Amino acid sequence: MKLKLALAALAVASLCSFATAEDHLKMSTTTSTENSGLLTVLLPPFEKECGCKVDVIAVGTGKALKLGETGDVDVVLVHARGLEDKFVAAGFGINRRDVMYNDFVVIGPPNDPAGLRETTSAVDAFKRIDATHSTFISRGDNSGTDVKEKQIWSAAGITPSGAWYRSAGQGMGEVINMATELRGYTLADRGTYNAFRHGKTDLVILYDANRGLERPGAPAPRLTVDQVLARAGANGLLNPYGVIAVNPKKFPWVKFDLAMKFEDFITGPEGQSIIANYHVQGDPVFFTFKEK
Amino acid sequence: MGFISDSLREALALILAGDREVFTAVLTSLDVAVWSVIFASIGGVPVGIAVALGKFPMMGAIRVLLNSLMAMPTVVVGLVVYGFLSRMGPFGSLGLLFTPQAIIIGETVLAMPVVANYTVAAIQGADERILPTALTLGASRFQSLCQLTREVRFGVVAAIIAGFGRVIAEVGVAMMLGGNIRFFTRTMTTAIALETSKGEFAFGLALGVILMSVSLAVNIFLTLAQESHSA
Repeated sequence: MKLKLALAALAVASLCSFATAEDHLKMSTTTSTENSGLLTVLLPPFEKECGCKVDVIAVGTGKALKLGETGDVDVVLVHARGLEDKFVAAGFGINRRDVMYNDFVVIGPPNDPAGLRETTSAVDAFKRIDATHSTFISRGDNSGTDVKEKQIWSAAGITPSGAWYRSAGQGMGEVINMATELRGYTLADRGTYNAFRHGKTDLVILYDANRGLERPGAPAPRLTVDQVLARAGANGLLNPYGVIAVNPKKFPWVKFDLAMKFEDFITGPEGQSIIANYHVQGDPVFFTFKEK
Repeated sequence: MGFISDSLREALALILAGDREVFTAVLTSLDVAVWSVIFASIGGVPVGIAVALGKFPMMGAIRVLLNSLMAMPTVVVGLVVYGFLSRMGPFGSLGLLFTPQAIIIGETVLAMPVVANYTVAAIQGADERILPTALTLGASRFQSLCQLTREVRFGVVAAIIAGFGRVIAEVGVAMMLGGNIRFFTRTMTTAIALETSKGEFAFGLALGVILMSVSLAVNIFLTLAQESHSA
């Protein structure tokens, strides 16, 4: 009897708070957008404009899209173009728009046991890591970075296995920590690496698409998307982020209007200028597509 | 150790500054823990009494089950409740996933076996004559059960404290069902997990120190309440 009362009370309490809640836009996104701190400057102006709250659920891209596939979020902000296109093609999401990009970098210990400093492509870098059986930490979580890493391995014709290849199943930050402790290599997005390189890790960039442009100690050069693409060549180290509204035809409960307002905001002038001007300790983290 | 002393200093600075991030995480932690312990007690104490006094078959099996439920990993509770609350699940239309209410439901499930088990122990440790005495003195069945619970209130409060300990310290349920949303479902434990993932170890440990202080304060309060009532 008491149990039934308790359950009834629980249901009533939950419903009451649900009914009185202000308008919440649920967004699943990657750990990189939240951990870089970008969202803390990007969201408040939008929340003010729409008079709502944006609930950020930061997980890997794979899981972020899964939350959209069950209609548990209203909008996704992710970075794995292949998975995104499948998500849209399957009718889970609509109105995908480009938001921003950065690029992937191969980082590792400064003594560089695999000799990545002499390499000219990401595929070759991975081949050297495999050949020397140098420790490599993989995200292993089906995140955007993980998907990219698997693409490079497959382009190199390698199925990584052995004690040197460690699949962590964790976020980018944890993996950089792990690689730092284990003196290993890993593939990271530049934004998260920049957030870690001041005091949190001594790993250095051993290969990136800007090879030859970077000077030690200087901030990362600001490349246009064409330059990064050209320099990345066939490696495709470009890391574009897209925003996708969850399809209201499939999930009638999603807040589609609010999701579209959010898309308009972050791809519009105000959102784009916040992204372009966001720096962590002097380094840009994300670049916008509409370069001047 | 620089790391440990840094984090202690940081913890103190955060408390003194009244940092909003920390303050809301503490409040959210307390909010969901208190509600789940209340619901878990409303459910768990009667279950505990029934299991301790029940003389029907399968009682042994039920006790084994209760004990096993105490050992249930928080992520399993999180996963099961997630399945129910997701939009694709049976209660999806309530839209509870990634809200504080979702955490409360999960933590209630987590704490109920703890409260029930400790209640069983408290009742079993009570004087066997309480119930028959109350009944012979003319109390109804319900009144005599209330009397028995009053007699073992010390143990019942211990059960509630244990349940509180289980939920304030857990991270799996809060992460999976709450989603670690800033200023909304971010609790102390999910904040610590987040700061660790960002490589902010000292800040994470500072939050840990604050969490420990908060639990200490709550437990001191509960213990004082326990003693003043039993005196």
